[in-house]
Amino acid sequence: MAQLSYREAVTEALAQEMRRDENVVFIGEDVAAAGGVFKTTVGLLEEFGPDRVRDTPISEQAILGATMGAAMTGLKPVAEIMFSDFFAVCWDIVANQIAKTRYMTDGQAELPLVIRSGNGGGVRFGAQHSQSVENWAMAVPGLKVVAPAMPADVKGLLAASIRDPDPVLFFEQKALYAAKGEVPDGEHVEPLGTASVLRSGSDVTIVALALMVPRALKAAEELEAQHGISATVVDVRSLVPLDTQTILSEVAKTGRLVTVEENPRLCGWGAEISSIVAEELFWDLDGPIVRVTTPHIPLAAADSLEDAMLPSADKIVASVRELVD
Amino acid sequence: MAAKPKRAAAAKRKPQPQIDAATRLKLYRTMVECRQLEQRAHDLFMQNLIKGTSHLALGQEAVAAGFGVAMREDDYTFCTYRGHNHTYVRGVSMTAILGELMGNSAGLMRGKGGSMHLTSVEHGAMGSYAIIGAHLPIAAGAAWSAQYRGTEQVAVCFFGDGTTNIGAFHEAINFAVVWKLPVVFVCENNLYMEYTSIYDVTAVRNPAADRASAYGLEPILIDGNDVDVVYETAEAALERARSGGGPSLIEAVTYRHGGHSRADPGKYRPEDEVKEWLGRDPVPMYRERLLGLYIDAADLDRIDAETLAMIDEATETARNAPLPDVDIAWIDVWADGGAQWRN
Repeated sequence: MAQLSYREAVTEALAQEMRRDENVVFIGEDVAAAGGVFKTTVGLLEEFGPDRVRDTPISEQAILGATMGAAMTGLKPVAEIMFSDFFAVCWDIVANQIAKTRYMTDGQAELPLVIRSGNGGGVRFGAQHSQSVENWAMAVPGLKVVAPAMPADVKGLLAASIRDPDPVLFFEQKALYAAKGEVPDGEHVEPLGTASVLRSGSDVTIVALALMVPRALKAAEELEAQHGISATVVDVRSLVPLDTQTILSEVAKTGRLVTVEENPRLCGWGAEISSIVAEELFWDLDGPIVRVTTPHIPLAAADSLEDAMLPSADKIVASVRELVD
Repeated sequence: MAAKPKRAAAAKRKPQPQIDAATRLKLYRTMVECRQLEQRAHDLFMQNLIKGTSHLALGQEAVAAGFGVAMREDDYTFCTYRGHNHTYVRGVSMTAILGELMGNSAGLMRGKGGSMHLTSVEHGAMGSYAIIGAHLPIAAGAAWSAQYRGTEQVAVCFFGDGTTNIGAFHEAINFAVVWKLPVVFVCENNLYMEYTSIYDVTAVRNPAADRASAYGLEPILIDGNDVDVVYETAEAALERARSGGGPSLIEAVTYRHGGHSRADPGKYRPEDEVKEWLGRDPVPMYRERLLGLYIDAADLDRIDAETLAMIDEATETARNAPLPDVDIAWIDVWADGGAQWRN
């Protein structure tokens, strides 16, 4: 086990898969010579050369269109969309083309591709560079949606996404890039569609994703230490496919569910999970399902304003206490 | 009234002697097949046997035929919702196309795609795209893949004049030039985006050709109704792409005989303009040329008759095919064949 940062885990996963399969190629804006604006791809150009690691113009439709065309004709491309907010300028390629082409062609077209993107807030970039857009992706049939919280999962799930025969949107939380964690040495691949139970408790199940996972863990520790409330924390990791078995079984054990979402409230992923739990686990619940989310507003840039909007450990603690006490 | 397109020097060229008689007959046969297929699609739509929508390329056959004959079997094509001909010329059967238009089990995608999405990966027909501009960067991606794999395959991307005003057109061409990709962009300028003249909404005279120099490309403006000219232009562009010379952008001026889609009568077009272009119908025009080149009328008549028999048979087979099993609506969202999003 090595201590790696979340950003180093991205690089490791890409390098691991590019060494393994020469059909894996990687493109994006400033990703090759500059190593990525978030320095997630440093050294890849040097190791794999300019045919496999290529800088593109600022042309998101061209980047993702080319990625799709390459995937349909034998390559396993990985593209970077620098900020997930930029999906808004190339959403046709994602939602109309990549997501639907296998289905519309009666299974003829192959689309083994990954789109990595810096997602979410916490870095004070303002409303057009801080959005959590995983719920946009989740709303479109035909896309797999992955959003890891831990460096080990970044490596394992990105590797699995590259090997996966379907299109995967891989959301990296920008505020987590510097976070460190244990990452297995050597080849590491984690199956997609599996949630991870990070902490087991008896009073409440907190279900979180990406940046909200460390905040949920912090809240769980505080709940235990200061309020005698014992919380389970589940890291969803993958929204599509969704590991409902793990979520349902963990909620059944505690009888209470709190989701913690960074996306704005309306139609956030927690609403889907709440709906599934309400339909399938209603008689096991000991209280209402509670969603802690960013409010349904654009994110402000100033640190104090952004902090006031994003779910914090304190807000999670307060919501859980209100539910359990 | 829409201005008439300027004709480039290439459009006035006499047919070149190097096109041999066998190729000419193939070009003629391909155009006739496209014409009959589209005419039949029109008739079936009017009989309500084709539901939804249908965008016909009657009058534009020379472009698909010229490229189809010039392309290598393993090249890729990407086309638009007006793509029945472009798909057909790659070797897809008439039955599979008509079946797809009718939404039954004989269809190329058993009804899951429809008229606007004809695709046959095994024939290199990599899709018909119904969102304007989307397939230009996708074609560039297929060309990138061919370049990376060193296969000397070329991607040919057909699109309409309206596409030249959308962002993806500009992104894709710049990208393809910068990466020197083996892709041929073919604008079929049929003078109307949908119901509006392209000349009323475009900053330059020739919507594709006049943009070429912005990307360091040679402006290529040709008569898209002259199949010999299309064929020769295609050969040159394919060779350039195959030998590492990078992309080309070709504007082929043509005209659709009917409206934009469905039963649109196209009344927004001046009568004398329609009349003039009907007089330049690529199929009879080519027939006249071939007769002038001492090709036997009987050979051409035989092609016409064989095509009619083929389309009649395809129509019957497609019409009598059963509806698709509803279960197929539940498959192939994912590579494992299923549609599961949860466990």
